[in-house]
Amino acid sequence: MARKIQEINAGSMADIAFLLLIFFLVTTTMDTDAGLGRMLPPMPEENAEEPPPINERNTFIVLVNSQDKLFVEGEPLDISQLREKAKEFIANKENRDDLPRKEMIYVEGLQREELICKTAVISLQNDNNTSYKTYIAVQNELMAAYNELRDEFSQNEWGKKFDDLDKDQQTAVKKVYKLGISEAEPKITK
Amino acid sequence: MAKFRKNDKGEIPALNTSSLPDIIFMLLFFFMVATTMKETEYLVSMKYPEATEIKKLEKKSLVSFIYIGPPTSAYRAQLGSEPRIQLNDRFATPEDIQAYIATEREKMKEADRPKMTVSIKADSNTKMKIITDVKQALRKASALKINYSARQKVE
Repeated sequence: MARKIQEINAGSMADIAFLLLIFFLVTTTMDTDAGLGRMLPPMPEENAEEPPPINERNTFIVLVNSQDKLFVEGEPLDISQLREKAKEFIANKENRDDLPRKEMIYVEGLQREELICKTAVISLQNDNNTSYKTYIAVQNELMAAYNELRDEFSQNEWGKKFDDLDKDQQTAVKKVYKLGISEAEPKITK
Repeated sequence: MAKFRKNDKGEIPALNTSSLPDIIFMLLFFFMVATTMKETEYLVSMKYPEATEIKKLEKKSLVSFIYIGPPTSAYRAQLGSEPRIQLNDRFATPEDIQAYIATEREKMKEADRPKMTVSIKADSNTKMKIITDVKQALRKASALKINYSARQKVE
């Protein structure tokens, strides 16, 4: 007489799976690394020549002092106004004389020439006692200024946001609004 | 003809739990995939500053970390609460960074080395002095691509 094969009891399978599940639940850290990306300037060579002085109108000096107060182009400014001020500088929409010089430059992705502030640089200076929090907040505002201008440009050109553009278009926009934040050499400040 | 015989005993049949493991396994696989094991034990405590324009770091294998913050409570008695630098599993000074970057670079594939990113994970209450020192050390080590770790600001 053929014996009936007994069904395997799978009741404890759930227990085993639960055990593993709890282990992974506990060890999981959903810590995604995100942050503000930057490029540091290379270390100047020992006997390198002095770099040519940058024209005053092409630089936008942001100084954060030891009390976390901002001085933009020599004047105190609240951080909430920094974004607008930076945008005004980067874009120089009215082609003013005291803001960066614009040049007609051929942009590949657009297949036409565009007025670009090629040499505009935002120089971010800080004190040794500046808090990191403020420093990042300032960096963030400056980055936001660039991102807003890029978005605006993309919207006019293609009716899309910068992030939704394809690679060539992004390169083109990046050329029009080239990120120019210089993290200044540390200076001895009082 | 009683084709459908009623359970005349009136008992509730046992609940079929045979699909329970499947559900649990599904959850299990989700967590297994999503898990990233913590590589180093933090010796310093960090609360990242907030920012809105943050971008995710893409390839983990290309990223080296520098942790900066006040020592955790276990080390506070010996070291005080002044922010310190942590590289791998030990405390370090800015002078150690060059050697650290060199060993990290050594571990990478030849082709990946130019793409190396250094993530600075610093506590928001740190003073800039230590950060500037780290930045200068990184410049000396010519690890120029950096990333300031930040949290997404919720408005």
